[in-house]
This record gives sequence, C-alpha cells and structure tokens, in this order.
Amino acid sequence: MLEYARWKYVLVAAVLLLALLFALPNFFGEDPALQLARKDHNPVDANASQTVEAFLTQRGVHFLKSYIDSGRLMVRFANVPDQLAARDAVNEQFTTTYITALSFAPRTPEFLRALGLRPMPLGLDLRGGLYLLYQVDVNAAVAQALDGYAQSARRALAAANIPVTDVSAVGVGTDKPNVRVVLPAAADVNAARNALNLPLQGLSVSTDSLASGSAITGVLTTAQIRERQDYAIQQNITTLRNRVNELGVSEPIVQRQGIDRINVQLPGVQNSAEVKDILGRVATLEWRLVDTQDNAFEAQQTGRAPLGYKLYTHTPSGAPVLLKREVIATGDELTNATTGTSQQGPAVNVKLDARGGDSMLKTTRQNVDKPMAVVLIEKRRETSEVDGKKVSRDVTDEQVISVATIRGIFSNDFQVTGLAAGEARELALLMRSGSLATPIYAIEERAVGPSLGRENIDKGVNALIVGMAAVFIFMAIYYKTFGLVADLVLLANVVLLTALLSMMRASLSLPGIAGIILTVGMAVDANVLIYERIREEVRKGVSPQAAIRAGFEKAFSAIADSNVTTLIAGVVLWVFGTGPIRGFAIVLTLGIATSMFTSLMGSRALLTLMYGGRRKLARLSI
Amino acid sequence: MEFFSHQTSYPFMATRKVWYTLSAVLMVVSLASFFTRGLNLGIDFTGGVSAEVSFPRAVNADDVRTKLPASGFADPQVQTFGSARDISIRLPPDAKQTATEIRARVETAVKGVDPGATVAQLAVVGPQVGNELKVSAAWALFFTLLLIFGYIAFRFHTWRLSAGAIFAVLHDPILVLGFFSLTQMSFDLAVVAAILAVIGYSLNDTVVVFDRIRERFESNRRSPSDVILDQSINQTLSRTIMTKVVTSLVVVALLLLGGAVLKGFSAALLIGIIAGTYSSIYISSAIALDFGLTAEHVFPSVKKAALDHLP
Repeated sequence: MLEYARWKYVLVAAVLLLALLFALPNFFGEDPALQLARKDHNPVDANASQTVEAFLTQRGVHFLKSYIDSGRLMVRFANVPDQLAARDAVNEQFTTTYITALSFAPRTPEFLRALGLRPMPLGLDLRGGLYLLYQVDVNAAVAQALDGYAQSARRALAAANIPVTDVSAVGVGTDKPNVRVVLPAAADVNAARNALNLPLQGLSVSTDSLASGSAITGVLTTAQIRERQDYAIQQNITTLRNRVNELGVSEPIVQRQGIDRINVQLPGVQNSAEVKDILGRVATLEWRLVDTQDNAFEAQQTGRAPLGYKLYTHTPSGAPVLLKREVIATGDELTNATTGTSQQGPAVNVKLDARGGDSMLKTTRQNVDKPMAVVLIEKRRETSEVDGKKVSRDVTDEQVISVATIRGIFSNDFQVTGLAAGEARELALLMRSGSLATPIYAIEERAVGPSLGRENIDKGVNALIVGMAAVFIFMAIYYKTFGLVADLVLLANVVLLTALLSMMRASLSLPGIAGIILTVGMAVDANVLIYERIREEVRKGVSPQAAIRAGFEKAFSAIADSNVTTLIAGVVLWVFGTGPIRGFAIVLTLGIATSMFTSLMGSRALLTLMYGGRRKLARLSI
Repeated sequence: MEFFSHQTSYPFMATRKVWYTLSAVLMVVSLASFFTRGLNLGIDFTGGVSAEVSFPRAVNADDVRTKLPASGFADPQVQTFGSARDISIRLPPDAKQTATEIRARVETAVKGVDPGATVAQLAVVGPQVGNELKVSAAWALFFTLLLIFGYIAFRFHTWRLSAGAIFAVLHDPILVLGFFSLTQMSFDLAVVAAILAVIGYSLNDTVVVFDRIRERFESNRRSPSDVILDQSINQTLSRTIMTKVVTSLVVVALLLLGGAVLKGFSAALLIGIIAGTYSSIYISSAIALDFGLTAEHVFPSVKKAALDHLP
C-alpha cells in the first residue's frame, strides 16, 4: 500500500487553490485606459467619476467602465482610438482639474480587484517607457553645507571685530571636509574661538598656529557628511516625485539606488526631452509679509495690486493674497525643513542659515502677530509649436504654500504650526523642494518604444508556450502516464510561481520571463530524478507501489543537493543585480522553491491518489 | 520510451585520456581567445549609446552609417538585426553630451535616411556606470565561485571529489567565455546572469553523479574505484541526458523565439548546459579517480554495521 498523510493532501490542495487565485488576475489581459488624477493631489471621488462618465457619454466617446484606484480615476476603453479621443476631450474640458495619462488597465474582474488581487506589473522593457538614472552630486551638498558654516563664521567674526585673513571651505570630496578660518598674528585666537562657538556648533574644531598667525579648523564629522548626503538625496527624490506626479504618468517609480543615485522609471513615456525639461526645473522659496490692509479680492477683480505689493492667486485656501514685494528670506537660505510636533499639533520645523536668520529676526521684531507667507517659485521651459517651429519660453509658476501668523520674535530656527498632519508633511516637502537644490545629472537613460515592449511580451510569451509545449509532449512520450503527471505538476509550478510573483508585486521583465521558462526546464529535473529511480526499482523487481515510495525517498537527497548550487547563484545575482537582472534572480530563486514543492509534494500526492489504493497493480505506466 | 533500454556500461574511465585531451584543447582555445581577442563588451559595461531604429521599409546599413558622422558621431557601428527594417547603432561614450542631445541627433540622422524612421529603443550608459557594472559583475562571479567552493568543501568529504567538482565549475564558464570571445557576440549583463546560472547548473549533474558514487561505494566497498565510477555514471546517465535534453528544449525555444534581447543570454545557457553535461559525465569523476579516490576516502571510518548491509 502507498500512503500519504491527509494533512499533506490538504496542504497541497490549499496552496494550489490559493496560488490559482493569486495567479488568476494575470490571465485577463489589459485594456487601453485613461488615468485621471486631480491636479491638487486630492483623491477623485465617486461624484467626479460620474461627472466624467456623463461628459464622455455626452461627447459620444465609447468607454467600457471606469473605476477609482488609489485616488485616481481609471477609464477603460475597447480600443486605442477611443482612448485617444477621450484624452483629447478630457484635456479640453477639465484642463484645470485633472492631469491625464495614457495607460493600460488590467481586465481583472471586479471581485478579484476587490480582494486586492492584481496582475504582475510589467517592467519597462515590456511596457515601453523611459528609465533615467540620476547621479546626485553629493560633494556639492557637502560644499553647500560648508559654505553655510563659512558664511556664519565670517559674520560672527566681523560682529566680534576680530580681523580675519581668510575663511574658506576646504577638502570637499575628501573624508575631512572642513571650514578653515585663517587669522592674522594680531588676532586674539581665544576670542575668535569663542566667537565661533555658535556658528561652528557641531563641528570638531581645532586650532593650530601658522607662521603668519593661526588657523581654526572645523571638520564635518562622518555622520554629518552622511546626514548632508542623505538630505540632498531625499530632497531631490521629493522634488522629482512632485514633478513626476505632474507629468501624469501612471505608476511612476522614483527611488534611491545605492549611495548617491536616484532611479526614475516612467512607463509609457517616450519624449525624454520634455520629461527632462520638467524634471530639471529650478525651484526656490521666498518668505514675504502679507498685506493686511488692502482687499486682495478687489485686487484680483481689477487685476491691479497696490503699490509695493504683489497679488498671488494660487494659495492653499484658494483665496487670493497680497504680499509685500520685499523678500525676507529665500530658499537658498533654507537649510532644513522637517515635520515635527508642537503644542498645537503637527508642525514644520524650519532652519535657516545665518543670513536668513538675521533678516528673519529683524522682520519678526517689528511684525509680531502679523501674517507671513511662503511662496514656492518654479521656473520651467515650455516648448510649443508655432507655425511648425519649436518655440521655447521660460515660464514661472508661483504658488503660496503657507500663510501663518508670526507668534513671536525668532531668527533662524522656527516652527510653522496650526497644520493637519498631512498638511505639515506636504508643506515640509514643498519647502524642501524649494531649498537650494543639490545638482543632479542623468548618467543612464533607456527608452523603450511601446511597440517594442509589446513585441518583447509577444516573443517572451511565445517562447514560453512553445518551450512548455515541447517539454509537455516530450515528457508524455517518454514517461507515459507518469509523464502526464509530471506535466500537471509543471503547470502547477508555473501557476505557483506566477502567484508568488504577483503577490510580491515584483515587476516582470523579459529576463524574468526567461527565468520562468528556465524554471520549467529545470523543474523537470526533479521529476526525472524521481522517475528514473522508480524505473530502476521496477527493473530490480520491486513491486510498483514500493517502487514509487523508494523512488521519492531515494531521489530526495539528489534533488535537494542539486538545487542548492542553483540557489547560491540565484541569491548572489539577487544581491548584485539591478533592474531586469534582479528580476531574473528573483524568478530563479523562487522557481527553485516552487519546483521543489510541486515535484516533491504535489506529484507524490497525485501519484499516491492514482496508485495508492489499488490492490492489484501489475505494472506502472512509466 | 527510454533512451537506454538496458543499463548501459560505457567505459568512461578507461577512455578518460581522450576526454581530458578534448577538454584541454577546448579550454586552451577558449582562454587563448579570451586573452587575445577579448570579449565584445556591450554598452552595459563600456558605457556609450545603443539605439535600435525601426524603418518603415528595408534600409541599407551603409546609408545610416554615412549619415551619422554628419550629426557628429565619429565612430558609429551600424548593423541590421532581426529584419532588414531594423538597424542597431552603437556609439562610443561621450561624457560631454547629455542623453537628450544624443537622442535628438540620432533621430535627426536616421530621419535623414527615411523620414518614417523611429527610435524604438535608446540606451545611454555613462562611462562610470559601465565601470561599476563591470566591477559588480566581477564580484558576483567571484562570490558565486567562492560560495560554491565552500559548498563543495562542505558537501564532499574528500578533496578528491571536491577537485573534480571544482574543475567542472571552472570548465563550463570558461567554455562559455571562449564561445563569446570567438564569435564576438555582444557580452552584456544578461550573459553574466546566464553564466552564473550555468555555474549553478553545471554542478547539479556532478552532484547527482557523486551522490551515486557514494551510494555505490557504500554498498560495494570491495570493487575497484574505476568500476564503481563507471557504474555510477552509467546508472545516472539516463537522468543526466534526459534532464539536459528537456532543459535544452526550452533554451532553444528561447534562443529562436525570444528575440534579439535574449539571444546572448540563451546562447550562453545552451553552451553552458552542453559543456556542463560533458564535464559531469566525462571529466569530474575521472579527475577524482586520478587523484586516487577509493571507498576509504568516502567512508573513512569503517563500521561493522555498515558492512552488514551488504547484499
């Protein structure tokens, strides 16, 4: 008799059923879709989706269905011409409300989507799109920090009437970047050190004597350098994310890669010049006082602002404000903006450099209890076609991101309070994106056309089908009934692998598909090892059922052993690889696990079910 | 169906000089080519620009080649791939230009040949990225070999078997490198991934054969080593061939249908699988034999209990 524990049957059945469920969304295909995201970043609600649907119907644009996915409205179409017609219509009608993006929506049925099940996302090589790798100039970030210290040092020494030969930032790019203050012989070194206590706070300060006088050196610690670099990268990521969102790309990825790189993936985007114009924008901030005497609405109506004031209509509340022309501080003087808490709830902690702090101090002394505003200014280059010629012009967007009342006298370190948690985070992000940017430049750029992506999918899927069919037929001929069992097991393996990949949301690339195909080829190995063992046992004259049992037991060590080496290669690739290569490594590694499970447990369960109960079993069809 | 209806008994050990010679020749040729001709490294490693351009109708690569210098590209490599309508262009790295500028100029140049031309794919890799990828590929190779050596040392209790396995692990990727050097096929990141997979697979067969050698020694301590080794290889031969035929089936499907992107990848796998099958059948066990492998090495402490199991 051949037996297999009941819990093992249950486990195999449960795993395979779950796998089938998770893999299911991948088999429905995709429809062309239009994604609508609100320009003000608020989620799209059901009312809005009805408005858009009614509008499309009225315009005679056919659409299949629309649904809201993570705050964005997705409208599906039967074909691309409908999709394009809808985009043009929506852009014309809702230009101020929505950013549109052409996209693909999975045809997953409602009940699966409701369960949170989605198909594997496709990599750029399969979808088409633009990949950019940016290098962040972290040395420039360190240099900016040192310049800030140098500037504060100069001011402090001037204020204390200490003569100075030179103050400079030295050693950027080395492991000891520092601020060096050179004093003439006449200067009082102790007084100078005292004066520098505050401006060089946090640096490790040392004094040495020179032939012509003495020098005070403040060295940035390793932790400070790292903090500076992280800040620079975070700031750039924030800025890039904000701008990528404006591009209206569906499922964009902006992430840090390694120490000083940012990788941006924009599915479906083709025109890299336009994208880089938008991503490469320069932004800054301005702090200004608010005009409390004149009526801003009146100014908006007449289009004329009072003398010495400027009208801003793009504000958090939507109401226009008038701001004084004098600028208190700018983004160049902002050194950090982070979220924090205050007694009044969430807040943004703002730090300015010495110059900004001085100016802020002067202003706040005279203006306690008056409102102050922060303006984010972005300059970008807009290219349009006029009479067949491309014309570029610089456009400036100005947006008031915060209006708050000055509650006391402060200088370079203050809080903006009275915000909701989300608002505080948003404001800190916006402020940071307007602070002095650390330069970034593209070092790698890959663009894949959408038709090539489609072609790649077709090729990959073709190779998968043909390869699997060849293996299935071969196994069936070679091992007869047992071959068919192996085929079922292989199919279960692919389903299980697909389910795992869908659960992990690992994006599928062409090398990933190659990995799946390879897994099919390799998974056969475990079955072959088992079947060859069974054949050997049968040849020895062992009874069929005992041969099956012995086959599984004796083949186990060889199967486990031979998979370890592939596992090693897979894990190393996972660690060292990036992008599509990592996708291949993930598939390879998971494929080993799934093929071990399906061929050891799945096929044993199936064979036991088929042969276990039979009392008279003369021979096996193997 | 069976490839070998009866248990085979090929004399692998007796003929091993022949197989050593064949392997030696292939390895020497591979290494000589690798060190003299080198590899045709793809832009993943060299940095530079690679563009794939689709034309609406068949196009002469020479037309494209003559247009490019006018756009300021000094040393373009232009060739058709796939069909006569698809052209691939490779340009050396140029630190002074941004990707956007390069793209615009490539577009201008190809549209000069045919206004309907479109850039289907463009990759611009900065020279520093290329260098880093070279370094990280080398590290990946190094760590894979190191871990596999560690595994071998742990797995086979005698260095005689380990030596055979290590030889196989080095043999197969060297032949793959030799193939890429001789054919000057583009060697990119995907090929490195394939080589790492080959290193993993290559040991797979050897491990199965060695597993059997241990089992045979256990049940048959008095037979001479060469007999045991021949028996072990012959008994696993059906499985070795079968697995590799099936794996090759899918790899050939990839090679023929997977398109240009996967060509190098699948070629590397195919060569690696063939080399791996060869080395695990003909070479790795033979090396262990020449290092004097006996039952005593595999089971150092003979216990009476073990002998009782003898048939």
